Amino acid sequence: MATILFDGVAYGMLLFVLACGLAVTLGLMNFVNLAHGAFAMAGGYVTVILMDRWGVPFIACLPLAFAAAAALGFVLERTLYRHMYGRDHLDQVLFSIGLVFMAVAITDYLLGSSQRNIRLPDWLQGRREILGVNVGIYRSFLIVLCGALAVGLQAGLMRTRFGSRLRAAVDDARVARGLGIPVATVFAATFAVGSGLAGLGGALGVELLGLDPYFPLKFMIYFLIVVTVGGTSGIMGPFVASLLLGVADVAGKYYLSSALGGFVIYVVLIVVLVLRPNGLFARAR
Amino acid sequence: MLRREIVTIAALALFSSAAAAQDTVKIGLILPMTGQQASTGKQIDAAVKLYQAQHGTTVAGKKVEVILKDDTSVPDVTKRLAQELVVNDKVAILAGFGITPSAMATAPIATQAKVPEVVMAAGTSSITEASPFIVRTSFTLAQSSVPMAEWAFKNGIKKVVTMVSDYGPGIDAEKSFSDKFKADGGTIVENLRVPLRSPDFAPVLQKAADAKADALFVFVPSGAGAQFVKQFVERGLDKSGTKLIATGDVTDDDQLNGMGDVVVGVINAHNYSANHDSALNKSYVEAFKKANGGLRPNFMSVGGYDGMNLIYEALKKTGGSTDGEKLLAAMKGMAWESPRGPISIDPDTRDIIQNIYIRKVDKVNGELYNVEFATIPNVKDPVKAAKK
Amino acid sequence: MTGNQTIAAQGLARRACWRVPEIVFWVVAFAALFLPPGKHLLLNEVAILALFALSLDLILGYAGIISLGHAAFFGAGAYAAGLLCKFVTPDPLAGLLVAIAAAALLGLLTSFLVLRGSDLTRLMVTLGVALVLHEVANALPQWTGGADGLQGMVVGPLLGRFDFDLYGRTAYAYSLATLFVFFLLARRIVNAPFGLSLMAIRRNTLRASALGVPVNRRLVAVYTLAAAYAGAAGALLAQTTAYVSLEVLEFQRSADVLLALIIGGAGWLYGGLAGAIVFKILQDTLSSNAPQFWMFWMGLFLVVLALVGRERLSGGMRGLLARVIRR
Repeated sequence: MATILFDGVAYGMLLFVLACGLAVTLGLMNFVNLAHGAFAMAGGYVTVILMDRWGVPFIACLPLAFAAAAALGFVLERTLYRHMYGRDHLDQVLFSIGLVFMAVAITDYLLGSSQRNIRLPDWLQGRREILGVNVGIYRSFLIVLCGALAVGLQAGLMRTRFGSRLRAAVDDARVARGLGIPVATVFAATFAVGSGLAGLGGALGVELLGLDPYFPLKFMIYFLIVVTVGGTSGIMGPFVASLLLGVADVAGKYYLSSALGGFVIYVVLIVVLVLRPNGLFARAR
Repeated sequence: MLRREIVTIAALALFSSAAAAQDTVKIGLILPMTGQQASTGKQIDAAVKLYQAQHGTTVAGKKVEVILKDDTSVPDVTKRLAQELVVNDKVAILAGFGITPSAMATAPIATQAKVPEVVMAAGTSSITEASPFIVRTSFTLAQSSVPMAEWAFKNGIKKVVTMVSDYGPGIDAEKSFSDKFKADGGTIVENLRVPLRSPDFAPVLQKAADAKADALFVFVPSGAGAQFVKQFVERGLDKSGTKLIATGDVTDDDQLNGMGDVVVGVINAHNYSANHDSALNKSYVEAFKKANGGLRPNFMSVGGYDGMNLIYEALKKTGGSTDGEKLLAAMKGMAWESPRGPISIDPDTRDIIQNIYIRKVDKVNGELYNVEFATIPNVKDPVKAAKK
Repeated sequence: MTGNQTIAAQGLARRACWRVPEIVFWVVAFAALFLPPGKHLLLNEVAILALFALSLDLILGYAGIISLGHAAFFGAGAYAAGLLCKFVTPDPLAGLLVAIAAAALLGLLTSFLVLRGSDLTRLMVTLGVALVLHEVANALPQWTGGADGLQGMVVGPLLGRFDFDLYGRTAYAYSLATLFVFFLLARRIVNAPFGLSLMAIRRNTLRASALGVPVNRRLVAVYTLAAAYAGAAGALLAQTTAYVSLEVLEFQRSADVLLALIIGGAGWLYGGLAGAIVFKILQDTLSSNAPQFWMFWMGLFLVVLALVGRERLSGGMRGLLARVIRR
C-alpha cells in the first residue's frame, strides 16, 4: 500500500515538473500552448543523445536538458509565439498543434521512430527499505529533486522581485505595464523557464515514461489535466493536482482491475471540474 | 483523313498504355508510417525495399511496382486506402497491415475484390479466418506463447503470473500460454492485464510482485518492452526470485541494444532473432544495416521480406498472371528458407508455419542479442490447430 | 406587426435566403455523384467529417462552447449503429435513427457539465467525457470488440435497394444526403430566433440572461442537438465502412474535427464543410505524396495559417468571390 502511494507520488512529482511551465504560461499569457510537450521531448532527446554519443553522465545532462529546452523556448517565443498573443484561443490551438506536428515529424525524421532508453548510473538503480517501505531509488530521487524544485519555484514566485513582477503581470498586464514592469521581458523569461522545466521533466521522465517522437501527443492530455485541475494562478495548484492525479492513477490501476483503473484519472478530472470549474486553487477573478 | 489519323493514334496509345499497364503488377503496401506503430511500418518498408533491391523489380516478365500508403493505424483509413488501391490503382495484391484492426477492416475488400491480402505484421490468430484471401507471413502470438509455456514447465517453473497488454494479440498470448501451462500441470496464479497505452507499469508490477510466482510471463507490443523490463528490474522482481519469461516482442531487436544490461538473462520465445545463425540471415542483417544507417532488422522486417518473397514466387508460379484466385492457390503450401529459418504457408489455414526459438538475451561482441538455444520446429498456429 | 418587428422579421428573412454561391456549392456536391468512380470513397469521408464539423460548429461557432471531446458523441453514434447492425437489423436507416437517439441522450446527460466554467474548463471536461467513454468501450470487448474493433457487421442495402459497393458511390450518396438534410435543419435553426439567442449567449452570457434568454436551457438544447448530429456522422462512418474501432472515440478524432472547423472558420455553418474539404483533401494529398513526412507539411500549413490569420485568408477569399460574382 505504502509502496503504491510512494510510486504515485513520484509519478505525480514528475507530472508537476512537466506541467508547471504550461500552467504558468497559460495563467500568465492566457496562451493555450498545446506544444508544451515538444519542449519536454526536446529535453529527453538531448539527454539521450548526450548520454549515448558523448557519454555525458546522467546528472550532468539534467541542467543541459533544461538549458537546451529553455533556449529553444526563448527562440521560438521571440520569433513565432510573440505574434500569437492576444489572438483568439482557437488560433492559438491551431498554431500550437501545427507546431507539435512539425516537432514530431522533424524528430521522427532525424532520430527515428523507435523508443529511446537511457542507462541510469548505478547509484540511482535498485531498491531500498526506507522506514519499512520498499521504495525505488530512482523514484526517491525524483521525489526529492522535484520537491526541491517546487519549493524553489514557489519561493522564487513569492519572494523575489522577478516573482512579484510575474504575479503582477498575471493579475493585470496592462496595469503592470503602466507601473513600468517590462511585461514583454517577463513573458519571454517565463516562457523560457517554463519550457526549460518541461525539458528537465522530459529528461527525468525517459526512465519512467519512455521517449519516442510521439511523446508530445501522448502526454499532452496529462499536462492539460494537471493544469486544469490545478488552476493556473500559481504553483501550488498544479503541484497538488499532480500529486492527486499521480496517486489516483497508480492506486486506481492497482486496486481496480486494469479495465476500470484507466477511468479513475478522468473521473477525478470531471468531478473536480464540476465542483470547482476553475480548478482547485483558482482565485476568483 | 486527319480524324482517322487521330483515332488510330488514340487507339494505339490506349492499347499501348493498357498493354503497359498489364505489364506492371502493382502491390498496395499499407503500413503505419506515422503514429505509435511507425517503427513497425519503417521496418517493413525497409525490408520490402531491400528485397526489391536484391531481387530486382521484374518477375515473370512483369514489372513489380510497390505503392506505399500510410494508414496512421486508423482502421477506417486503412479500409479506404485499400479500396482506393483496388479500385483506382488496380493493385493485384494488398500487403502490410501493422495492427489487427487494419487487417480485419480490409478483409471484406479482399474477399469482394478477390485480391490476396498478405499480412506482414499483425498477430491475432483470427485474422486469417476473416477472409479466404488472407495469407500471413508474420506470426501469431499463440505460436510464441505455447512453446514458451511448454519450455517453462519443463524447466522447473510451476507457478506463473501472466501480464499482457489488453488487446487482441495480448489476450491471445494470455489465453494460449495459460491453457498450455495448465494442461501441462502448472498453476496460473493470476492473469493481469495492462491497458495498451500505459505510461507506468508500476501498479501492475506491484500486483505481480504480490503474487509471488516462479515466473512472470509477459507480452507487451514492441516498443513498450524496454520500459517494462526496466521497471521490472527497478522493482527488484528479478532479485526476488521471479523469473521473467516473455514473447520476443518484449526484447525487440529494434531497441534491444539500447535497453541496457538489465535485460541480460531474459528468456523469451519468438520466430526471429537478428542473431540467428544462418548464412542467409547474416547477409540479410548486414545488407539491412547498410541500407538503413545501422538499424538492426527485427521480426517485423522479416514479415515484410518474406511477404515479398511469397508474392514474387507466387507470380513466378502463375506465370505473371494477376488473377487473385490463381495467386492464392500458388501461395498456399509454398515453402522456402527465410532469414529466420525454414517457413511455409499452411494450405488449410493460409497462416505461416515457422520455427519458434527459445532464446536468452546475452552480450555478443559487445552488443545485446537474443541468443537462440532451443528450437521448436514447424509450429502451426495453435489456436486454429486446436479448433480442428 | 409593429414597425420594429417587421424590420426584425425582414432582417431574419434576408439572412435566411439562399445565396448563389450556396446553391452552386450543393449542386457541385451532388453532381460529384456522377463522376467516374475513384474519388467517391474520399468524398464520403469528407462528407462525414463535414457533418461532424457542422455539429461542432453548432456548439462552438454559435453557442461558444469549446469542446475537445466531441468524438464522444461521434463514437457513441458509431457504436450504436454498429451494435444495432450486428445484433438487431442490418437496415442502415434504422441504425442511423438509433445512433442519433443514443448520441442525443448522451449529449443531454453530459450537457450540464459544460454549463459552467471557462474555455479551458469546458475543453477539459469534454475531453474527460470522451476519454471515459473510450475506456468504457475498451473495457467491454464482448460488446465492442475492444481494441480489435467490432466485427461481423454486414450492412444491408440502403432503402432496401442500393448495396454499399466497393466503389463507394452509394456510401457517398448516403452521406451527402444525410449531410444535406441536417444542414438544412441547422440552417433553419441558426437563422431563427433560437439561433440568434445562441449567438447572443456566446457574445455575452450575462447580457443575454439579462435580456431574458433562458441561457442554460438553450445551451442544453443546442448541446443535445449537436450531439445528435455528431452521432449521425458516427453512424455514417460505421455503416459505410462496416467497421467500428476504438479509434472513433480517440482524442485524435476530436482534435481533427476541431482543426477542420477552425480552418474553415467557426460561426458561419459552411466553415465546417469548407474546413472538412480542405483538411481531408490536404491530408490525403500530403499522405500519398509523402507517406512518412506528411505530418510536417500539415503542421507547417497550420502554423502558417494561424500566423497569417484566418480572417485575412477568408476575408481575402470572400473579396475574391465578391469580385467574381459581381462580374
